[in-house]
Formats: sequence, C-alpha cells, structure tokens
Amino acid sequence: MNFIALKMLMGNRAKYLGIIFGLAFASLLITQQSSIFVGLMTRTYSFLTDTSLPDIWVVDKKVQYIDDLKPLKETESLRVRSVEGVAWAVPLYKGLLKARLPNGNFQSCNVIGLDDETLIGGPPGMIEGKLSDLRQSDAVIVDSVSIKGRLARVLPDGRRVPLEIGDTMELNDHRAVVVGICRVQRPFQSQPVVYTTFSRATIFAPRERKLMSFVLVKAKPGQNLQKLCRRIETRTGLAAYTAEKFKNLTVRYYMKYTGIPINFGITVVLGFIVGIAIAGQTFYNFTLDNIRYFGTLKAMGATDLLLLRMILLQAALVGSIGYGLGVGAASALGSLSGKTELSFRMPWQLLLISAVAVMIICAASAAISIRKVVRLEPAIVFKS
Amino acid sequence: MLKSTIMNENRNIAVHCKGLTKTYGTGSTMVHALNGINLEVRTGEMMMLVGPSGSGKTTLISIIAGVLDRDGGECVVFGHDFMQMKSYEKTRYRGKHIGFVFQMFNLLPTLTAAENVAVPLLINGVKRKEAFDRAREILGRVGLGDLTCSLPDQLSGGQQQRVAIARAMLHNPKLIVCDEPTSALDHETGHKVMELLREMVVGVDRAFIVVTHDERIFEFADRIAKMDDGHITSVESMR
Repeated sequence: MNFIALKMLMGNRAKYLGIIFGLAFASLLITQQSSIFVGLMTRTYSFLTDTSLPDIWVVDKKVQYIDDLKPLKETESLRVRSVEGVAWAVPLYKGLLKARLPNGNFQSCNVIGLDDETLIGGPPGMIEGKLSDLRQSDAVIVDSVSIKGRLARVLPDGRRVPLEIGDTMELNDHRAVVVGICRVQRPFQSQPVVYTTFSRATIFAPRERKLMSFVLVKAKPGQNLQKLCRRIETRTGLAAYTAEKFKNLTVRYYMKYTGIPINFGITVVLGFIVGIAIAGQTFYNFTLDNIRYFGTLKAMGATDLLLLRMILLQAALVGSIGYGLGVGAASALGSLSGKTELSFRMPWQLLLISAVAVMIICAASAAISIRKVVRLEPAIVFKS
Repeated sequence: MLKSTIMNENRNIAVHCKGLTKTYGTGSTMVHALNGINLEVRTGEMMMLVGPSGSGKTTLISIIAGVLDRDGGECVVFGHDFMQMKSYEKTRYRGKHIGFVFQMFNLLPTLTAAENVAVPLLINGVKRKEAFDRAREILGRVGLGDLTCSLPDQLSGGQQQRVAIARAMLHNPKLIVCDEPTSALDHETGHKVMELLREMVVGVDRAFIVVTHDERIFEFADRIAKMDDGHITSVESMR
C-alpha cells in the first residue's frame, strides 16, 4: 500500500509541489537564519579562534567578554609565569585605534600587540610576508580583507587600490608600514585587524597607566587546565579562562545583552510557523481532496493503522524532499556568500535541529490529516 | 426431509435482517431512516433494493456491508453480526468478504485501471506483482485488457464502472453491494454493465445486493425489495 500512498500523493502535482515548497521554504529559513546567527556568534570570539596557541587567557576579573577590555599592569604577566604548571605566559595588547586613511577619512582598527620576543598570538595564516617581519621598524601586518576594503586607497575616480606591502598608514598619528598580509576570521564588527609588536602597540595606543589586555598562558604538559586556571586566579587575583570557556563567556554575553538572538529567533520561529501554515494546510487540503478515496479504502478493508502508515509515509516523503531542498538551498546561499561580509556557519548540529523542526511540521500536518481520516465514517462512500 | 430442507434454506441465507432500525440526528431533527426492516438475501441471487430517494436503501446496504452501525434489531451477514465485532475485525471482514461497486465508481484518480483493481488484494497483504497480475487478468475478463494502464479520466463512464466491477470481484468476496451502479451511465451502457454484473457476479456462493431506482434494470434482478419511508413494503420475485 506504500506504492498506492505515494501515487496518491504525487498524482496531485500542484498540492505535492505546494507541500514540498512550504517545507523547503521553512527548512531554508530555519537553516539559513540559524546559520547566520551561528556565524555571527562565532565572529564574536573570532580573535580567540585565531589565537589558538595559548591554553589559558588571563584577564581582569570584571571582563565579561573578549572585547570588554580592562587593561592590566604589565607586571601581571610575570606573576602569572610564577604559577606552578605554567610553561610560558606572554602579554598581549588588544585595542581599537584609529587609522587615518590617505583620503583623510578615519577607520577604527583592531590593533593586536604581540609579545616582542616570541610574537605569540599572531595571525593564523600569512598570505604575504612573514610574522618575523614585525621586527622591522614601524611594522604592521594587515588582514587580507581590509586591504581591499576599508583600508584600501580610494582614487579620485572612485577606484579602490588595495594596500600593499611597503605602503604606509597612520595609526593614531604614528607612522606604520605594512610588512605583511595575513588571513584572519572576520571579527564581529568587521573592523580591519592590524598586528604589531606589544611595545609598538603601546606607542600607537593613547597613553594610559595600564596597557596590557591579556596574559596568554601555555600550560606545562599533563596539566589539568581547570585546576591551573584556579591556581592562577588564587595567586594573582585575576580571572583565568580556558579558550573554550572564554568563548562561551563571550557568546553568553552577546546572547544576554544584545537583541541578536531575539531578532534571529523571531525569523526562525516565523520560518517554522510559515512551514506549518503552508505545508500543514496544503497537506490537510490534500487529505480533504482525497477523503472520498480514503473512505473507499476504509470501506474496502483498509484499517486505521494502514491509513495512518500511508499518511505518515506521505508526510515523511514530502518532509525529506522539502528538508533536502531547503538545506541544499541554504548551503548554496552560504557557499555563494563565502566571500562577502555575511557571516554563515552551518555545523551539523544545525542540520539536525532543522531536520527536527521539519519533522515536527510534518508530524503536525500529518496528525491533523490522520485525525480526519481516523474519524472518517466509511459510509461516506455511499454518499453521492 | 423437512429438517434437511430447512437446514439447506438456512445455509443459503447470506444476509438476515430482522427489526432493523437506524435513526439520524436527535430531538426535532431526528430522522428514522430504517423502521424495523426484515429482509433475507440468499446466496446465488441478485436482490435489488428499490424505492424513492430517502426511503432508506443506502442506509440499509451501508449496515449490511458493515460500514454503518445499526441502532436496533438484528443483521447477520454469512453468520457474522458486525455489532459483535471489534472495529478492526469488521474492517478486516469487509476487506476479505465484501466487494463494493459505487455510483460514482470511486476509482482513485491517480492510479491506473490495473492499480485500482489491485487495491483490495494489496489491502489484504497480497504481493504487488501477484496483485497486478490478477488485476490485469480480471480486466481482460471485463473487456478492458488493453486499457490496464489507463487512468480513470481516460476511460468512459462505462469503462470506469467495469474497472469498479473488476475491483469488487478480484478478491472473490462472498457479498457484493452495488449502489446505483447505472445511474451515472446512459441506458445502453447501463444495460451492458448489468449484463456483465449478472454474468460475473451472481454465483452459488455469493450474494449480490443492488440499490437502484433505475427501473430499466429491474429485469436483471432475481428479487426486488421495494422500500419506502424506512420500511420494506414488498418483496417481489422476478424469476
């Protein structure tokens, strides 16, 4: 009877495609919006992802997320080094400094100052130049997206000329020379990322009493990171987080204090509701259109269980196709937007959530139809 | 001798209804569709239920076919009382032992003729290949051997009713009920359909009930039960 169920479904081409369209649209909306949300949340801790070498990040106790900078005294890195189980601890500067562009405009940049000796905390990949080139005078390394975008020179005719190695720029009224181009993950606010040494960053930065943003810590082999964090906290009075915990802290902050989850949540819920409305109603209409035939099958001996199986099979088929098309379209959109500013990240968990959402839509649609068919009196077949 | 004759007569009785009642609605909208129906249908005969609209013909075959529950009285079909059966037992019984021919044919529009005919076998769990082979064979017997792959809307009314007859016959049921089998057909086609029904359906082990108010096909009946206002007013033998 599975064969009959599928032929009943596919025979009504308009309704069949209508249900699939509804489910595909719902699946697309849920998956795509969730992927953008996840992508955006991933960007909130992109700097943590890029800086993968340290095991532990030491910050002021009041810091709530990665960009919530509360400077520390430079001597704190020495205190951290003295904690048992620490292999090395280096200072890192992170701050928003203004770059003056050749056309006179200003652009805020994320300036990262790396430990002068080790250059730990550098970009995850170099496209041109070497990280050690930062040891040259006034040297900075700029991310590959910004050189063509926000930091590009704009000619009088409007054309943009990418920044190149050897070009100079002004960072907070200080000369900076581009010595390398690196690859980084897009930050949440999409500012250019500029790497330099810690000592040079403190020259670029406005004068303050304390200028160190983080102490990056590598644990000795075999150390329990949680215990080491607690030891550092006890000894220094600072906060110490593993990279994973710092990421969670950052995401939680954005979830709690920004409207981002609500905005995306509304769209995802709308996708779900639209899915139920379109697919549910079309599926129900399909059942109503076929009610005489379901009655005929019932009169001819089809049990409620058999009809239930037929409807569930129909729902499962349209659900699978709709889900596949929706997720496929979302992936394609994600792939096409790969080189744009759009944040898009589709982990497997999201595919699972989307699948569950589509399953719920299908189950709800099928349940309404099943109720109608189970309550159907087979005597309907004798009504003309 | 007398006892043996009575036993034989009892064995020949396919449907036995006594004091059958059915009402629809409640209070001021209550309608007494059947008011104490007494009827016997024997195996090997074609019994026609005739009468004006609203006389209770369709209600009566619905109860006999087990698609509607009675309110009172008795109705025994081949020794089985549907009221004593659970819902799924009743459904299974219908699937195995009752064939239906409907006024509007009720062929599934997206299935071919052969697929439509195979439905009762598929419901009864017969393998698809066997069901389709048997469906094609019986379609050949009703003269539609070359139209097995046609969809219902590609067939004429008469051809559709032949497909419906083949579907009702395929699983070799004990009782076949037909609701106005010729009302959607012209006279000549209706006549041919009735000839086919008589030829194929009426058999010694099978009972056959036709609801109609088409007087032109009365000649095909073995007996005619006239109904009016929920009663059987007369039963007339035609042979």
